[in-house]
Amino acid sequence: MELIGDKNFRDVVVDAVGEEIFTCYQCYKCSAGCPVSFAMDMLPHQVIRSVLFNQKERVLSSRTIWVCAACETCTTRCPNEIEIAKVMDVLRQIQQESGKQAKEPKVPIFHKAFLDSIKKTGRVHELTMIRNYTQKSGELREKLKTGEWKNDVRLGMKMFLRGKLKVMPPKCGGVKEVKKIFEQAKEHKKA
Amino acid sequence: MKVSFFPGCSLEGTAREYGESIEAVCKSLDIELQELSDWSCCGASSAHSTNEFLSVALPARNLSIAERKGQDLVTPCAACFSRFKAAEKALTCESKVDVGIPFQGKINILHMLEFLCREEFSEDIEKKIKRPLKNLKAVSYYGCLLVRPPRVTDTEHWEDPQALDILISRLGGESVFWPYKTECCGGSLVLTRVDIIHRLNGRLLDMAREAEADCIVTACPLCQANLDTRQEEIGDKEGVSYDIPIFYFTELMGLAFGNKGVRKWLGRHLVDPRPLLESKGLI
Ligand code: SF4
Ligand code: SF4
Repeated sequence: MELIGDKNFRDVVVDAVGEEIFTCYQCYKCSAGCPVSFAMDMLPHQVIRSVLFNQKERVLSSRTIWVCAACETCTTRCPNEIEIAKVMDVLRQIQQESGKQAKEPKVPIFHKAFLDSIKKTGRVHELTMIRNYTQKSGELREKLKTGEWKNDVRLGMKMFLRGKLKVMPPKCGGVKEVKKIFEQAKEHKKA
Repeated sequence: MKVSFFPGCSLEGTAREYGESIEAVCKSLDIELQELSDWSCCGASSAHSTNEFLSVALPARNLSIAERKGQDLVTPCAACFSRFKAAEKALTCESKVDVGIPFQGKINILHMLEFLCREEFSEDIEKKIKRPLKNLKAVSYYGCLLVRPPRVTDTEHWEDPQALDILISRLGGESVFWPYKTECCGGSLVLTRVDIIHRLNGRLLDMAREAEADCIVTACPLCQANLDTRQEEIGDKEGVSYDIPIFYFTELMGLAFGNKGVRKWLGRHLVDPRPLLESKGLI
């Protein structure tokens, strides 16, 4: 039995996305319209079937959940009103809570850098967020090695010269309330 | 007319010309945008990929401020719009979630495009046009979150939306049909899977070219940034050269209205739209 805490994995997902998921008849429509299916190791309709079969490890260790761009095409077109994009969300949430290494480790590191930026200043400061992400994901090291950093610096300079890079972090009077929301969120995990 | 305005995080940075053109166009139309006081980030994809509570509570905080103010809330960013609409549904539906922030759904949440395309402004818009966008062939690019999923966005035409096309024609330009109106630009994968971003945006640029459009018109800071900043990289990779200007719809409105700041906004683009507009006699 695949459990999360003391709950069955499939039930946790169904609780979050609704019982429509049981009506999936594997028509492939979600997969046919998915713009990033070329980069996936499981197609969306296979993810749905796997969830129904309670194959927790299989879906959580997939690349699919991280390359999904959350474009909502699948959800929009499913003839059975299954919230496929939301299933992807829930799987990403459960995987991040597990603390295990993700198949595409950079994606959750990006999400963390993004959310840290909100927690700190109430709004995202693009420069700080990008710096944190490139450091923590190891991308900075990689790019220094391959020389690719030059392209990024060139792009950054172009943006800067066009006034598109805000240097100073934003000021938001609601930071305290935002921090409280982040505190409360800790108590609302899936597991 | 007054509305509450939620600019979103990118308007002071990468999407600066979007913010500047919105300000100018709304001023021309006598619309007073009142920036939501102490607004905070909507959480975007990172919140809904990480924690469900966050994904509702972060937008709810802003919705609650707007509802207290009692005015409709307008935002120019498709991602913010989508997070607000999703939170609105989560907070007011039958099995509503409680995040400890009051919101009853008494105000409308609108994307800037939807707002400016309201019937009440159509006459004013037509009156303001000083320089119709003659001979400018544009494809409308709506992207994902402005329209999908319709249960959340309340959009009527999600596979073939029309608002931008109608606006382009109204401004005197030619709206060219293409099949990629609502295809995905890769949005949140911008830093993590650049290869996917290249492939998705390369396809969009190729299709715009095949449709013989002069430019692409967007209503989202993420779409504009992906399409505008990556053309050189994509071209280098594929051994072709792209030079397709990517406009915010409000820039085209400002251009047609003869707003003062136009050259400044256009100067912020990575793919310089000025040579195209000069060749058409539009600036
Ligand atoms: S579109 Fe819906 S019913 Fe069809 S395979 Fe996908 S999830 Fe199942
Ligand atoms: S939301 Fe994800 S899985 Fe669904 S179509 Fe978009 S990229 Fe594919």
